[in-house]
Amino acid sequence: MGSYIVKRLLSAVPVLLGITLIVFLIMALIPGDPATAILGSYATPENVERLNRQLGLDEPMWKQYFIWLGNLLQGDMGRSFALNRPVLDEVLDRFGATLVLAGTSFVLCALLGVLAGVVSAARQYGLADKAITFAVIIGISVPPFFLGMMMILLFAVRLGWLPASGMYAIYGGGDLPDLLRHLIMPALALSVVATGVIGRLSRSAMLEVLRQDFIRTARAKGVHERSVIWRHALRAAMVSIIPVLGIQAGFVISGAVYIEIVFQWPGVGRMLVDAILRRDILLVQGGVVVVAACYVMFNILVDVAQSLLDPRIKT
Amino acid sequence: MSAFLKLLFRNRLAGAGAVVLAIIVVLVLLTPVLPLQPPNVTDTADRFLRPFSEGHLLGTDHLGRDLLSRLLWGTRLSLAVGFAAAIVAAVLGAAVGIIAGYFGGRIDNTIMRGIDMLMAFPYILLALAIVAALGPGLMNALIAVAAVNIPFFARNIRGITVGLAGKEFVDAARLAGLGHGRILLFELLPNVVPVIVIAMSTTIGWMILETAGLSFLGLGSQPPQADLGSMLGEARSAMITAPHTSVVPGAMILLIVMSINLLGDGVRDALDPRLKSGALSRPMAATLVERERVPEARGEGLLDIQELQTQFHVGRRIYRAVDGVSLTLEPGESLGIIGESGSGKSVTALSVMGLVASPPGVITGGAARYKGQDLIGAKYPRLRSLRGDRIAYIFQDPLSTLHPLYRVGDQLAEAILSHHSVSKAEAMQRAVGLLEDVRIPNAENRARAYPHELSGGMRQRVGIAMALANEPDIIIADEPTTALDVTVQAQILALLDDLRRDRGLAILFITHDFGVVGQLCDRVAVMYAGRIVEEGPTAEVLDDPAHPYTARLIACVPELGQGRREMAAIPGLPPAVDNLPEGCAFAPRCDKATPACRAGDIPLAGTERRRVRCIHPETDVEAVA
Repeated sequence: MGSYIVKRLLSAVPVLLGITLIVFLIMALIPGDPATAILGSYATPENVERLNRQLGLDEPMWKQYFIWLGNLLQGDMGRSFALNRPVLDEVLDRFGATLVLAGTSFVLCALLGVLAGVVSAARQYGLADKAITFAVIIGISVPPFFLGMMMILLFAVRLGWLPASGMYAIYGGGDLPDLLRHLIMPALALSVVATGVIGRLSRSAMLEVLRQDFIRTARAKGVHERSVIWRHALRAAMVSIIPVLGIQAGFVISGAVYIEIVFQWPGVGRMLVDAILRRDILLVQGGVVVVAACYVMFNILVDVAQSLLDPRIKT
Repeated sequence: MSAFLKLLFRNRLAGAGAVVLAIIVVLVLLTPVLPLQPPNVTDTADRFLRPFSEGHLLGTDHLGRDLLSRLLWGTRLSLAVGFAAAIVAAVLGAAVGIIAGYFGGRIDNTIMRGIDMLMAFPYILLALAIVAALGPGLMNALIAVAAVNIPFFARNIRGITVGLAGKEFVDAARLAGLGHGRILLFELLPNVVPVIVIAMSTTIGWMILETAGLSFLGLGSQPPQADLGSMLGEARSAMITAPHTSVVPGAMILLIVMSINLLGDGVRDALDPRLKSGALSRPMAATLVERERVPEARGEGLLDIQELQTQFHVGRRIYRAVDGVSLTLEPGESLGIIGESGSGKSVTALSVMGLVASPPGVITGGAARYKGQDLIGAKYPRLRSLRGDRIAYIFQDPLSTLHPLYRVGDQLAEAILSHHSVSKAEAMQRAVGLLEDVRIPNAENRARAYPHELSGGMRQRVGIAMALANEPDIIIADEPTTALDVTVQAQILALLDDLRRDRGLAILFITHDFGVVGQLCDRVAVMYAGRIVEEGPTAEVLDDPAHPYTARLIACVPELGQGRREMAAIPGLPPAVDNLPEGCAFAPRCDKATPACRAGDIPLAGTERRRVRCIHPETDVEAVA
């Protein structure tokens, strides 16, 4: 097991390097002088000159990449000119808020999605199946930003049950119940699409498994139907559900960008959009690298979970 | 094509999606000629007019612009951009995929590594990075969304191309001296176009959503130009006071994406042959029973199967897999059911405990009485409590019939725990004991193994141990040795025979092998096309078969150590059980058949001991008795 984890971690190294390379290449797309782009058009020529030297922009491309990568590995992602603080500090501050939101949503969509899929498959063509299938179709088609707005309109404005925006109340608050009250709506809005996708996939995975011979064996030995569905079938179906959970985690992170804007959540997604609109390129660069790297690590966790579940995977 | 459309529209939701999408597309195409107000003319006096105001059917936005007009123009823009992004992604992705798949080797490796890297990003990060570099704007948003989707197309197309690149027609083209470029364009491309189209139809809704999303964030279309996303983004600040300005574009995005998704699902389902055949249904906990009448109990035997009828209902077709089978099994007796595949022998065995997959299986008649009580009509809880406890099964291929993810010891213990309230530890202990009973060496360790870690013979021993777990009265063995090689087969048969003698088990043994029947069974019933054609003591049937079919079947078995006997394969195929001929089902393959064989029902006649369903039997069964 341990050696498997080490192997997976090592295999992530080239992917992580690839990510930095891709981000570096995309930033090389910036038209004109990068230093001007970074500092904005009002920068003095001396500052542009100095930044160019600082960033090693007078060097050839490949050398620039290694300079940038070296700095990155030492935790130096440059400074955000708009916020006037190190990029890494800002990214890490914001990343916590995104983790709370996306993490909650991920747990929600995994639980609800699998639950819906299993119930739907076990009651195939029944009322519950039809209701769930219909809900799933709507769920996977609704734009998360629109859903968020409609939820605010209903639950915050009309009914006044929940706060419309932010992570904590401005006055007072700051404790866990306050956070949860602010978290409910954005987390739900964010989980809807992924719940639909996972639910749909879980249903077909369960239907596939329920046709297998070993399910008939379980029934032939007199196992309770409840246990046939929730133990025998679900366990086998999880083998094909878990990789999709990994992929959906990426979609949850992506959706978080919209949800953070709609609900004024102080996360990394909103930071990125603001940074793009302010042309704060270094902040964008840093944010993208950190979040993508975390996503890669998360997918290693998914692989490890998969190998724990399925003894046939060589560890 | 028309069959495809019929299938598509039979799915009402897909039909609705197609209609809605068609309406939207027509409206959008007609937008320039419709009598609409100009979308960008502001009128601050008439801000935020509610829907159904005079002159503004959907009201006006924060600048007093007509919402209906803006909606249609915005939809036009959103659809165009989404579609363009899909085309760009499809063309570039397909190009990358075809090249990687065709050239293979190092080129393939390098390209696919790059694709994997791109896929390591949550998609929006990549899109945001691209927009950050190029700057906000609709064109740049389009580029970003297209770029993010290239890996998806590249992967799919590469997979297909790898398969095609090894085909003869590509080799032939190469030998004919065609260059790589021509082979790629004229040989490979036409073959992957359908895949590209399908991949596009599943992603286009999503791409429309993504471009709208970037516009919503203010990174896509810039004012005064507006697509649905930027309309929604601009309306957000007035969401509370004038919600209709948000609802109108938001609902339109939902409508578009949903109708595309519904249509896409419908297309996929209509193209999937498995859906038509009902093969995507999951079997229920017990076979469906729809009996019109129940035969009177005869009060015979430990297990008494009477006039059993099991059918498969697939669409409008009815397959009579088991058509009026009667069998009696006495305590301690071993009864073989023999026949070719498709003869209904396994379905007979599975029907007893309601294990025929349903749908499509339906038991339409007859009874199966265990100690006098009918199992066919039994309620599920009763059936479950007997399954594996009094009547247990052994199945054919133990690799697919054991759960791949549970240790064999746990699977055995579960069989015990399903019927006895003992502690988990005790059940485990008994499980190890069972493994010892079926002569698995080092049982304690083997109990902790997963099925894939055992050999075929070992797995089947586990299967037998599982059947023995609750000391049943009857074991129904459905071709338990077919998947095994000959020496292992002999060991398993010897084991079953010993167990039967030691424990007084009754065994119903399903097989297609007379050798196996001869070794293990007291009596044998021969099945053909869902019916029993001959029944009697094994030795008598083997030495002196009465039905021509039995005779031919026995002649098919080569005997070990007796030199090569003539292998008389039976000409023709067994009939399809959805369209049985009148009279004897074997008549078309039988060289003794006369016109009388093809008319009317031929009864299973003879004595209690030996019976045959034939009007020209090879031997007189009544004389034998």
